[in-house]
Amino acid sequence: MSAAIDARNLVVGVLLAALALLPVYAHAAGDAFALSLFTRIVILALAATSLNLILGYGGMVSFGHAAYLGIGGYAVGILADSGIVSGFVQWPVALAVSAVAALAIGALSLRSRGVYFIMITLAFAQMLYYVASGLDQYGGDDGLTINSRSRFAGLIDLSDRTQFYYLCLALLLAAIALCWRLMNARFGMVIRGARANDRRMRAIGFPTFRYRLVCFVIAGTLCGLAGALLANHTDFVSPAVMFWTRSGDLIVMVVFGGMGSLFGPLMGAIAYLVLEEALSRVTEYWQIILGPMLLLIVLFARGGIDGLLGSLGRG
Amino acid sequence: MLLVLEQCLNGLQFGLLLFLLAAGLTLVFGIMDLVNLAHGSLYMMGAYFAATFCAFTGSFVLGAILALIATLLLGIVLELVALRPLYGRDHLDHVLGTFGLILFFNELVRLVWGPAGLTLPLPASLGTHVALLPGLAYPTYRLMIIAVSLVVAAFLYWLVMRTRLGMLIRAGASNREMVGALGIDIRLLYTLLFGLGAALAALAGLMQAPILTVQIGMGENILILAFVVIVIGGIGSIRGALFAAVFVGLVDTLGRAFLPDLLHLMLSATAAATIGRAVSSMLIYVLMAAVLALRPEGLFPVGSR
Amino acid sequence: MRIEGLAKRFGGIAATDDISLDLAAGELHAVIGPNGAGKSTLLAQLAGEIRPDAGRIRFAGRDITALPMHRRSAVGLARSFQITSVFAELTALDNVALAVQAHAGHSFRFWRDARRERALRDPARRALDRVGLAERAEVPAEALSHGEQRQLEIAMALATGPRLLLLDEPMAGMGPRESAAMVALLRALKAELTILLVEHDMEAVFALADRVTVLVDGRIIASGGPDAVRRNAEVRRAYLGEDAGEALADG
Repeated sequence: MSAAIDARNLVVGVLLAALALLPVYAHAAGDAFALSLFTRIVILALAATSLNLILGYGGMVSFGHAAYLGIGGYAVGILADSGIVSGFVQWPVALAVSAVAALAIGALSLRSRGVYFIMITLAFAQMLYYVASGLDQYGGDDGLTINSRSRFAGLIDLSDRTQFYYLCLALLLAAIALCWRLMNARFGMVIRGARANDRRMRAIGFPTFRYRLVCFVIAGTLCGLAGALLANHTDFVSPAVMFWTRSGDLIVMVVFGGMGSLFGPLMGAIAYLVLEEALSRVTEYWQIILGPMLLLIVLFARGGIDGLLGSLGRG
Repeated sequence: MLLVLEQCLNGLQFGLLLFLLAAGLTLVFGIMDLVNLAHGSLYMMGAYFAATFCAFTGSFVLGAILALIATLLLGIVLELVALRPLYGRDHLDHVLGTFGLILFFNELVRLVWGPAGLTLPLPASLGTHVALLPGLAYPTYRLMIIAVSLVVAAFLYWLVMRTRLGMLIRAGASNREMVGALGIDIRLLYTLLFGLGAALAALAGLMQAPILTVQIGMGENILILAFVVIVIGGIGSIRGALFAAVFVGLVDTLGRAFLPDLLHLMLSATAAATIGRAVSSMLIYVLMAAVLALRPEGLFPVGSR
Repeated sequence: MRIEGLAKRFGGIAATDDISLDLAAGELHAVIGPNGAGKSTLLAQLAGEIRPDAGRIRFAGRDITALPMHRRSAVGLARSFQITSVFAELTALDNVALAVQAHAGHSFRFWRDARRERALRDPARRALDRVGLAERAEVPAEALSHGEQRQLEIAMALATGPRLLLLDEPMAGMGPRESAAMVALLRALKAELTILLVEHDMEAVFALADRVTVLVDGRIIASGGPDAVRRNAEVRRAYLGEDAGEALADG
């Protein structure tokens, strides 16, 4: 049993160290692209971590999670466009709107189970996509360019790529720590129990709906934060970030990494995006390889990377 | 008035196309309990095959038939190779696995046919109009789509209600293990069913090709609508799919056609245009969300068919 | 508990039809009947999973007919499931701790590690101990043997500190040795709780029951002391057919 922990811990430790030292390497090698790529990875890892709360631990397959990336992004974008560039205003708004949206969507969707739940979350995400496409004054389909990154009154300069990277990394680690405490507390036990056997949970006396709803809201809010970060990173936001296939990407990252594991989403995001980069250098048609790979992983490596590491230790 | 009638016919035609797509999807989901996101990819392949074969043979009908056969075979191969291992597993596994297939097919099409998409010209003989009413000249081709779809619907009805295969389909929907226990080769049944679904998707894809589009990713957009249809119509029910599809088609078409104008009565021109466009795109999703909010198990939950 | 005129129809079939029953405190009341007799439906209505079409359920002086399922454990009702329904990936102790947690205040606690809360772990250990699973506490539920899982079911039901236990075929799928262990457990529990036992295992039923009720086609055809029921001609006929009725009498 301790061997299993070692393999995982080792890999996670190495990864975290590498992530912490990345900007040092990027500076030394003059590799700005690497820094940009890994900033994106860290941000999407945050989004995947938030999805892991409801998907990995909670068993709620939401095909609309990317909607919160859009909500967070547009909150920042629209406020910036209206002249409000202070991060102290933009980011809380992004979080608040995401939370409210998640509350509304969750309240309507969570009574549905299985594929109906998948479909209704997908429907809501598409609705938001079309709303964003219709926002002509904010670019509509073409998207909205954000001319200035969120300002934090001199505390931190987001246009400095290194500072921005470390901020994203810090937020990611904070989110993972939050998940750790959350999922081991009473709240987390209810969520996990509801995933394992919802009927039983209700029979022993838990009104599971409200707990799932709260979990859903927390997940949506965290993803809204990722959305705000993403908008800053790309200096741009468009409806495309909310299209349902983007939610599919997030689900892939969570599954790749190992559902219901703390660092799974991070590993999954790294694996997915690095793979995307690497494969696209090999061939322009890299998704031809990624597609079947996904199927194979579903069939043979269901536990994701975390599962593989776990069995390495045992085996 | 005539405009409304014309839009109703358009809605009917769109709805029937959706029905073809949804029928295959609901059969596969209802009987085989397989959530197949790649169904839209088969729709796309039908269109691409048709465009290619029609150009090759010079004949629309011949090209269409070849496309149907090609997609049918493709569907069967897909079922045997990629989908069989997924049976009995979690729906999430289906979603993920078939999502991978979507990526695969989109790239494959890009590789073989290039990123630009194809065109399938309207066959000359069908490029005419029929005067349905004085002042209402409706395109013959669209009438043909309606006619063909209704024939297929009738065929499916006969198949499901009047044949032994249909009996197995209906039995399988309510009790999978039982059908297996009866000694029927369930795997063969599934393969045939999947092939049927693929052919239906291909038919929809190739018929819409001359009037809509043949391009990468066309499957994803319409797939969601097909899912909306089966959620509203009830999973596993062909009849439900027909009514729901026509309903959805009408709501979508009429909404897009008239909502901006309706809003114009209340709002300024630009506001009406913007909001109208956004809302009419959303209309179907709002509908599905409303249905599921009121009835989390769908309008016709499994078991009450 | 008092059950009055409980009825439930599914489509054209009356799964339970005008069932009236009194459960005295501290008794072990067995409900038997052939397959499809409506026993599970009855239990489901008592547990709150299904709403009856007609009739009332009174428990400890209170009408609980409309009480939702997740509130029934708060009034002292607990239930085990016919098909083992535990939390597979969690350990046995986690399973029971969850059952305790359901009644230890709200669970919107986000920070403290639930596995270290004495208030949850201690009662859970006690419940496991009572059913004889103390040594298997840290084993994942899915790794337990079938018989042990059935014991876990009972532990979870006990964890809520109930006054009335609804047991749905606890012996299902058990071999003779495991059944004997379960009978011993139920006999020990009998002293402290009221138990409504739905069972097929006749040996167990007649060894434990204070009273027996027989359900056929959703209706009660006999109810009373085990010996009287055993000799009841209608019961013999309905249950096993004329000749086999002798086997039932010999018991």
